[in-house]
Amino acid sequence: MHELAICQSLINQLEAIASERNARSISLIVVGIGPLSGVEAQLLKNAYPVASAGTVADNAEIVIKQLPVKVQCSECGCESETKPNKLICKNCGNWRTTLISGDELLLLSVELETAETASSQPDSVARANTGLH
Amino acid sequence: MCDTCGCNITHGNENFIKPGGKLHKTESGKEAVSVLHNLLDENDHTAKHNRDHFDQHNVLAINLMSSPGAGKTALLEATIQQLDKNLRIAVIEGDLETENDAERIRKHGVKAIQISTGSACHLDAHMIHQAIHNLDLAEFDIIFIENVGNLVCPASFDLGQHLNVTLLSVPEGDDKPAKYPVMFRASDFVLISKSDLLPILDDFKPERARNYLQDIASTAPILELSSKTRLGMSHWIDWIKQQIDTRKDYLKEHPVSSHLQSHTHGHQHTHEHVHKHV
Repeated sequence: MHELAICQSLINQLEAIASERNARSISLIVVGIGPLSGVEAQLLKNAYPVASAGTVADNAEIVIKQLPVKVQCSECGCESETKPNKLICKNCGNWRTTLISGDELLLLSVELETAETASSQPDSVARANTGLH
Repeated sequence: MCDTCGCNITHGNENFIKPGGKLHKTESGKEAVSVLHNLLDENDHTAKHNRDHFDQHNVLAINLMSSPGAGKTALLEATIQQLDKNLRIAVIEGDLETENDAERIRKHGVKAIQISTGSACHLDAHMIHQAIHNLDLAEFDIIFIENVGNLVCPASFDLGQHLNVTLLSVPEGDDKPAKYPVMFRASDFVLISKSDLLPILDDFKPERARNYLQDIASTAPILELSSKTRLGMSHWIDWIKQQIDTRKDYLKEHPVSSHLQSHTHGHQHTHEHVHKHV
């Protein structure tokens, strides 16, 4: 059950983001998980209420995007979507492949409630660009 | 892999995880923020820090993983007996409870630090960080980390080791790489332990284990080994010595980053997090 430890790490990140943006609370969290990350989506969901209790992310909805397992062949270059324990090229059967999707364990995005958003109208316009860091 | 933040975006997954790129309001008026942080950032940061510590002292760190009872401690005992006496060893032991394994190691005159994880099913980088501050790394050439016996959870946590070695014992069955692909994919070397039992447990086929490893695109070498009869031990010892040399050569070309050059035990850290030195 290492999902609880991972959830606690997630909460630390959420608290940092909330503090940086002066958020009152976090209402939605989107996480991306690949099967080869070793983390079970359902166990992470189950651990979340325990880890988030009493934090700024308490009661947030957690959405988990499950990512596919994909490999690229070193011989023929073909990309195949495959199973976690069958990482061979579907085109030529070569086992020397590179994983190009499926081991992610990422916090993708969050939705925050700030003093500003609480008082503003739902149709407010888009604001600053964050981009990648 | 993204070179900037380690968030492993590739052309194969970017369509699934690429953010809108904007900080914007949702339909309900809330603020949406794109993040793209690895959930294990904190652990990975400490793991890198541990690795820097090891590198600063030219210490090779090997993480041993397996099911409970696959023979990690027996392998360490045999290794201590067979490794050249001029190579100085320390062992970090991870177990839910008891100091039994550490005591077995200490009987061989080798320094062993026991980490009792309580109910935790794996070691993490913070636990190793604490343990290495109870060791004077200058006194050692090689540190073995004996992880908690478990083929699931330890695979997800970088400890700062240089190499992962996974034991697959003959009584467990040859299909473990297919059942636990995350663990075996992380392995740099796979040891088929308790190989002296192969004539008795003849449904275990080393060739089949090798095929299952290929199925998960593993390039790790595989070795039949018995700590009891010493079968394969000389290959294992040669591999360790080769890895020590490889790491030393690597560090000659890639010296440890400058902030750690001045980071020695007994004085204040210059980087952001604080911990006690022993």
